[in-house]
Amino acid sequence: MVRRGLSRTIHLQTPLKDEELKRLRVGDKVLLTGKVYTARDAAHKRLVELIKEGRNLPFEVEGQVIYYTGPTPTKPGRVIGSAGPTTSSRMDPYTPMLLDAGIKGTIGKGQRGKEVIEAMKRNGAVYFAATGGVAVLLARSVKSSKTIAYEDLGTEAVRELYVEDLPCVVAIDTRGNSLYEAKAGHTRLHSLQPHS
Amino acid sequence: MLGALRIVDAVEIVSTVKRLCIDANIYLGADVIEKIEESLKAEDSPVAKEILEQILMNARLAAEEQMPMCQDTGVAVVFVELGQEVHVTGGDFVQAINEGVRQGYRDGYLRKSIVDDPVFDRRNTEDNTPAIIHTEITPGDAVKITVTPKGAGSENMSEVKMMKPADGVEGIKDFIVDCVRRSGGSPCPPIIVGVGVGGNFESCTYLSKKALLRPLNESNPDPRWRAVESEVLDRINSLGIGPMGLGGRTTALAVQVLTMPCHIASMPVAVNLQCHAQRHRTATI
Repeated sequence: MVRRGLSRTIHLQTPLKDEELKRLRVGDKVLLTGKVYTARDAAHKRLVELIKEGRNLPFEVEGQVIYYTGPTPTKPGRVIGSAGPTTSSRMDPYTPMLLDAGIKGTIGKGQRGKEVIEAMKRNGAVYFAATGGVAVLLARSVKSSKTIAYEDLGTEAVRELYVEDLPCVVAIDTRGNSLYEAKAGHTRLHSLQPHS
Repeated sequence: MLGALRIVDAVEIVSTVKRLCIDANIYLGADVIEKIEESLKAEDSPVAKEILEQILMNARLAAEEQMPMCQDTGVAVVFVELGQEVHVTGGDFVQAINEGVRQGYRDGYLRKSIVDDPVFDRRNTEDNTPAIIHTEITPGDAVKITVTPKGAGSENMSEVKMMKPADGVEGIKDFIVDCVRRSGGSPCPPIIVGVGVGGNFESCTYLSKKALLRPLNESNPDPRWRAVESEVLDRINSLGIGPMGLGGRTTALAVQVLTMPCHIASMPVAVNLQCHAQRHRTATI
């Protein structure tokens, strides 16, 4: 379901639906609720090996979201440690295969490569930017966390998180429009205007 | 005959480094907060404003909740100014620093991000050691220790270039701006740009890291470099990269240059990028 508030904030629920994703535009502020899965470099390498071998992934991927984060250790009494996004481009070599397998959204920081954007267009997927370095603020949205695969990878293990209103911005939409296509002197306000 | 030596127990170095690791990761400096507040006033993009507000809010939450501001608690870079009148007893100096890092990262619930072998094994050392230690022998009997946890996001976008004297100051300015342009949103802008000029291949990179330690509200003592810093900062903030690369005026908070003498045929330049989570704490024993 897509709800558009006065402040152009969109509430999204995972697993993501194609129809809702199509309506998202770069610059939209999104508050994401539902399950998301954490994975970084080492986990991506293993997930893609499973796909290549034709084996099942450790979670149901259809419509799901991967959050590129490696949290700090959880302090006693807390759900998770600090958990902000890491640089997405390091996952670029693996991302097209995961998108082709059914992943509909990725959350991270920084630009994505051409092949990832092509795979996003092909699969109707969206790239959400979360703010790097605001890891305490983002961790407050995490309501539960459990490691579901690759425990040996420590901080890089795959965790299933349940998040409520995780704040992010649509940085690349299903049409391949990107907030990162900077032009000197422009603040890209044009892409932030309301649209129908 | 020996002068009056000051005895410093290695245990004191351990506890100091431990405390600095934890505090540096929790508390964002007042100078950084001040610059971000200033930048917020100049921004007109809603996304940029929101990001800067999130950074300020995160700094408050991190301090209140005693949590590391960023999950990348970095490699522990330790600068030591070791007074030549100091005699360290009760243990090995380098081991004491690493023990402080080990305890700080364990008891502070900081992320362990160091692998033992850079290419083949890449096994996590599980205690964030070894630290990267820069020791300078100084006059006097004090031990001044600065811990600056450095995350990989911004470090990975840093560059060094062996420029030629004929490239001049204009060449240096262009190189800095180009480095920031190439880095885009990856180093978590708004960034602080540390620049080392002179020395040789390895010492200019050291200078560029050290340049990042200058408080953001202090200006370069050399008026010529002050002008370069100011001009380059303006050029960087005209690139449109903005907070997190999502567009805006605030790409960098400061450009800070450190220089040293060099060979007649050389003009090495290093640009060390630092994310907005600019962490460093200092203590003197």
